[in-house]
Amino acid sequence: MAMTLNDDQNMLRDTARDFMASEAPVTHFRKFRDMGCKDGFSHGLWKQFAEMGFTGILIPEADGGMGMGQIEAGILLEEIGRNLSPSPFLTTSVAAVAALKLADKATRDRWFPGILAGETVIGIAIEEGVKHRPEKIACVAERSGNGFKLTGQKQFVVQGASSDMLIVAARTAGAAGETDGLTLFAVDKDAAGLSMEAARLVDSAVAAHVKLDGVQVDADAVIGDVDGGWAVLSKMLDAGRVGAAAEMVGVGTGAMDMTFEYLKTRKQFDRVIGEFQALQHRAAHLYGEMEGARSIVLKAQSLMDEGHAKAELYVAAAKAKAGLACNLSVREGVQMHGGIGMTDEYDIGLYMKRDRSLNEFFGDAYYHADRVATMNGY
Amino acid sequence: MSDLDTFRAEARAWLEENCPAEMRTPAKGDEDVCWGGRNFVFQSEAQKLWLEACVAKGYTVPDWPKAYGGAGLSPQETKILRQEMAKLGCRSPLNSFGIWMLGPALLKFGTEEQKVHYMGQIARGEIRWCQGYSEPGSGSDLVSMQTFGEDKGDHWVVNGQKIWTSYADKADWIFCLVRTDKTNKYQGISFLLFDMETPGVSTKPIKLISGNSPFCETFFDNVVVPKHQIVGEINRGWDVAKYLLGHEREMISGMGGDGGVTSIGAAMKATLSQEPVLRAQMALFDVDNLTFRAHGERFMDEWKTGKAHPAYSNLMKYVGTELNKKRNELVMSIGGSQALEWESERANGGSKARNWLRTKANSIEGGTSEVMLNVVSKRILEMPGG
Repeated sequence: MAMTLNDDQNMLRDTARDFMASEAPVTHFRKFRDMGCKDGFSHGLWKQFAEMGFTGILIPEADGGMGMGQIEAGILLEEIGRNLSPSPFLTTSVAAVAALKLADKATRDRWFPGILAGETVIGIAIEEGVKHRPEKIACVAERSGNGFKLTGQKQFVVQGASSDMLIVAARTAGAAGETDGLTLFAVDKDAAGLSMEAARLVDSAVAAHVKLDGVQVDADAVIGDVDGGWAVLSKMLDAGRVGAAAEMVGVGTGAMDMTFEYLKTRKQFDRVIGEFQALQHRAAHLYGEMEGARSIVLKAQSLMDEGHAKAELYVAAAKAKAGLACNLSVREGVQMHGGIGMTDEYDIGLYMKRDRSLNEFFGDAYYHADRVATMNGY
Repeated sequence: MSDLDTFRAEARAWLEENCPAEMRTPAKGDEDVCWGGRNFVFQSEAQKLWLEACVAKGYTVPDWPKAYGGAGLSPQETKILRQEMAKLGCRSPLNSFGIWMLGPALLKFGTEEQKVHYMGQIARGEIRWCQGYSEPGSGSDLVSMQTFGEDKGDHWVVNGQKIWTSYADKADWIFCLVRTDKTNKYQGISFLLFDMETPGVSTKPIKLISGNSPFCETFFDNVVVPKHQIVGEINRGWDVAKYLLGHEREMISGMGGDGGVTSIGAAMKATLSQEPVLRAQMALFDVDNLTFRAHGERFMDEWKTGKAHPAYSNLMKYVGTELNKKRNELVMSIGGSQALEWESERANGGSKARNWLRTKANSIEGGTSEVMLNVVSKRILEMPGG
């Protein structure tokens, strides 16, 4: 396909851009941050997302959704990133839906309506250490009764404490380090033995540490195949990764635009500082990095939508590149803003914090560069 | 099946039938590249057959109009043809500054007669062109050039010197910037075409740090150029030159060995597995390389549909050339002491070292990286100041 947005996609972008700018701009984020909101996002906004059809953008039409692809989800995420709009969109509508699409009809019927209505939030319970290592999952699911009993701990479960259900990856066979033997479970938040401790993050999102102390689930809680969860997990992670990359394109572009605007207005030495070549060259370099990131993210999205064999490689490269470029953008942003960039009052610092979280989410640039090397055969 | 699918199948079948097996193996070096021209000696019968087949089909310049030697393909069809050629590993049938640079300028600024004549010659690989732009005193500040054409009624008499003229010693004709008005800096330059065999033209190869001499000094001593050999209007050659530089930047930005996404890391696995920091550098390079290829694809799709910023090729030139330099630094590091060998057969005549040194010119020729960043900053980002 051509690496340009088509008319429908351009229209969606305009809609999303107007919506986020008017309903969820940075002032919206500040409001919920400053009130110390326990969820870190507005349930009212999540409802509005649903009314726009956003929450079901990746849910198949047969299940009542819009049946669109990663490119369209990415269009929304870019605007979410640009406005720092807090919502469960990435975890629930992108990552969780990617997994649930592969579940049986009963499971889909149980969860999709709530997502479509903007009433359900789903947490992704994968991480067990401070770095993303999905193949090292040690959390255990033992056969018990007509289902399984889950024991272990998870962390960095974004919006976990606000979730109605957690998608938990656990080991039904094999040992940590093996991709075989994993199984994904849809675990109700009220399940006995499940406890959570919420922790506010640097970007004011709230993530949970989750304890699973012999949590009993029925066999129908399994998403995909028992022991064959890696296939579903990979799809879910790749959707989350390319989604996080798209959001970082938005965060990086938002920070960059704000910084360029500042360069054109701030005066020192009787000149607008954007006249200084030392800053111009850095600005142009940054623009090139962000344009590259935008390109590889679009490439990865389109390969995923095509079901292309190289999609995994490009998703890894896209998550890495978007992370590096967005990180450069926020660092240059704070530096070029000077003293005002260090203040809480000015927005550029909020972009720096959001970038940090998104970079870590679903694996950082180093993790994904390493995967690129492995997939490239060295 | 859509029209494009049909085209893909036809292109594939044509390539299968017409591209000789020998032309589906990677070119080992510059000597395997067909540059065409009066004095070109084919390296093999297959190379000749492949060129002739492509000329007959219009595939040396697939997106040029049929009247000027092309196949009249749409941007989408051209992309598909290139994809199919890449899949089969087909070599480029003809490399030429005429195709990459002069042709597009002629298409925009030339007369109908010039298009039929010169573009046809380029498409058929009959004339090899070189570019006369830089002068000893005019590098980044190209518009300060002094080579002068004195008006003699029906012709100019050109005197002066060009430098960094790629393959001037092998070229048949030159497209050359000549000052035709000393009182007007920008609107005092004309874009002239002339035969390198014209009396008064001489060339002298320049030995570079790579040990090779792809560039020349070119001297003009009372060279007579008929007035009809001008492209565009008199004194408006800078417009043509700028347009053409855009294409040159596009071309240079595309440099990078295989021009594709294949990682060079796999072949170096034995070394990389023992050198974790070097492997990490290679991994980050691969991320940038995949990014650049996607970026280039997106740029071409936007460029061909008129959506790209007119100065965008400056950005691609900057990113592409810096990436290519990095690639060659890594190749040298991975190659270790063997990559340092300058002449031995074991080191393929020092090809790694020579390529590495050659790439240092990428971010100088066709506009330095610093000039590219100036242009991006001012024209795309609209930063203030002169």
